[in-house]
Amino acid sequence: MASTDTRAHSDDGTPGAAEAGSATDAGTATGPARPAGGPANDTSGDLAGLEAGLDALESTVVDRQPWLRSLASKAFPPLIAVVIVLGLWQLAYHFQLKPHYLLPSPVDVGRSLQEKWLEGTLLSFVWTSVSRGALGFLASVVIGTALGLVVARVKAVRAAIGPILSGLQSLPSVAWVPAAIIWFGLSDATIYAVVLLGAVPSIANGLVAGVDQISPLYLRAGRTLGATGLAGVRHVLLPASLPGYLAGLKQGWAFSWRSLMAAELIVNAPDLGTGLGQLLEQGREFQDMSWVLAAILLILIVGIGIELLIFAPIERRVLRSRGLLVKS
Amino acid sequence: MTTTTLTKQHTTAPDAGPTASYAARIDHVSKSFGRPGAQQHVLDDISIDVAPGAFVCLLGASGCGKSTLLNLVAGLDAPSAGSIETPGGRPALMFQEHALFPWLTAGRNIELALRLRGVPRAERREEAERLLELVRLKGAYGKRVHELSGGMRQRVAMARALAQDSRLLLMDEPFAALDAITRDVLHDELTQIWRVSNEGGSAAGGLSVLFVTHNVREAVRLAERVVLLSSRPGRVAREWQVDIPQPRRIEDSAVADLSVEITEQLRGEIRRHGQH
Repeated sequence: MASTDTRAHSDDGTPGAAEAGSATDAGTATGPARPAGGPANDTSGDLAGLEAGLDALESTVVDRQPWLRSLASKAFPPLIAVVIVLGLWQLAYHFQLKPHYLLPSPVDVGRSLQEKWLEGTLLSFVWTSVSRGALGFLASVVIGTALGLVVARVKAVRAAIGPILSGLQSLPSVAWVPAAIIWFGLSDATIYAVVLLGAVPSIANGLVAGVDQISPLYLRAGRTLGATGLAGVRHVLLPASLPGYLAGLKQGWAFSWRSLMAAELIVNAPDLGTGLGQLLEQGREFQDMSWVLAAILLILIVGIGIELLIFAPIERRVLRSRGLLVKS
Repeated sequence: MTTTTLTKQHTTAPDAGPTASYAARIDHVSKSFGRPGAQQHVLDDISIDVAPGAFVCLLGASGCGKSTLLNLVAGLDAPSAGSIETPGGRPALMFQEHALFPWLTAGRNIELALRLRGVPRAERREEAERLLELVRLKGAYGKRVHELSGGMRQRVAMARALAQDSRLLLMDEPFAALDAITRDVLHDELTQIWRVSNEGGSAAGGLSVLFVTHNVREAVRLAERVVLLSSRPGRVAREWQVDIPQPRRIEDSAVADLSVEITEQLRGEIRRHGQH
């Protein structure tokens, strides 16, 4: 509707050519009563060319590296660092900085892992911990999100528990373990209580921070478009706060995992499944240093792995789609 | 104080009927901020009627409350006294910043406006593509906001505002942040969209524009009517009818001549504030 003549002239090549070529015919075709020779009646044809030119000039070509190469370039430096650390460790072992029973070699630790693997118990230890962590984390997400929304949106609630909530983040969740044991005994409930108390505050705080960071402009724009009330929450508030919320989730996972290990380390009962924390504690009881180091290594690998495999890609995708990911 | 009620009625009854002889009526509107006792009068007794299909520019120096006035017309705030009526329903509003949602593509931004207006899902995509074509951004549907240039973003914002299908488009210095060349092109674009919308029986549903700017040339380039506001508090200082035929160019001598006259008046208004 806007521009029959626009499209007719849009292929005219350079703006200059369009101007020269269409000045007369466009004027007679579309011009509503206009003094002859009046200023540029061919605006539409001219305009299409001009805008196309400006768009072309101002568009930047974003080329993304092929994923294999970008993966290689990302994985390479940390790999080197790991090799160096292993090398130093091996050297320390070689020169007997500590007696071998206190500082086993990387190979000893590897053998210890292999032993557990061959016993067929290793994966079940990992799975016990990961499933506890995941379950605790999911429960924390549900509670933390609801809590965060209420704190972010209700002034009175925020004034009352906002500072406490952010203060709780600096309380090490191990501190909850004795209390939880008194409340729930040596049970799964104790483990989950500690995980929840560790993760809920950071998830809630992340969401609050995410909501606070929303540009007022988006809220105004949403209101003029008619996004008020629940529609406003759904179409503007939640998506706009997503980057902060994701950061909160990531930190929430880290806190869940840490709290879980602290809890597993202390809450040790035969009828509870054996997780990585309990494995670590057993290693200490047997004074088996390679066992202990192997367990520490596993805890680290699982924590990093879940962040790298789940949270990092989601966060990267969200940030990239919003143009918030700075390219080096 | 009909503003809020009318705004809320909009979604259900977009047709104001043929009775309304204006697209917006600003009737003796005043606005103050702050507590009683320590109040700051921003707008003082302003009355402006925007005729259906009219293009009105509000011009003024900083502190004249032109953006405040636009917010009142948009229904984002309520006047302290007087009333504002927008019989065409909730006006569309465009800001100096594009205000596009970065979590949606260009096309999805427009579709959200359509969705909130109540357009059925099946028609949204096609309508969004049509609006993008209207602002000459065919093919930008899947583009993310950050992938677009400043001018392209403002055009998508324009398409999103048009998607509200409001009879009244409020524009708050929408081109102020753009470079001169792009701004010039968008002036042409806006003029053209406005003219086409009002072609052939504008009584059925023309597009009125209330455009706020501090740029005199821009006002004269675009508007049929330029309203100069004085500052602190904002009052209507003077009005000009701009009879230069469209499409105009910003470098036209007629545009320049009128700009000189208006600038003189504007400077006079500003000078008054230094004399206290």
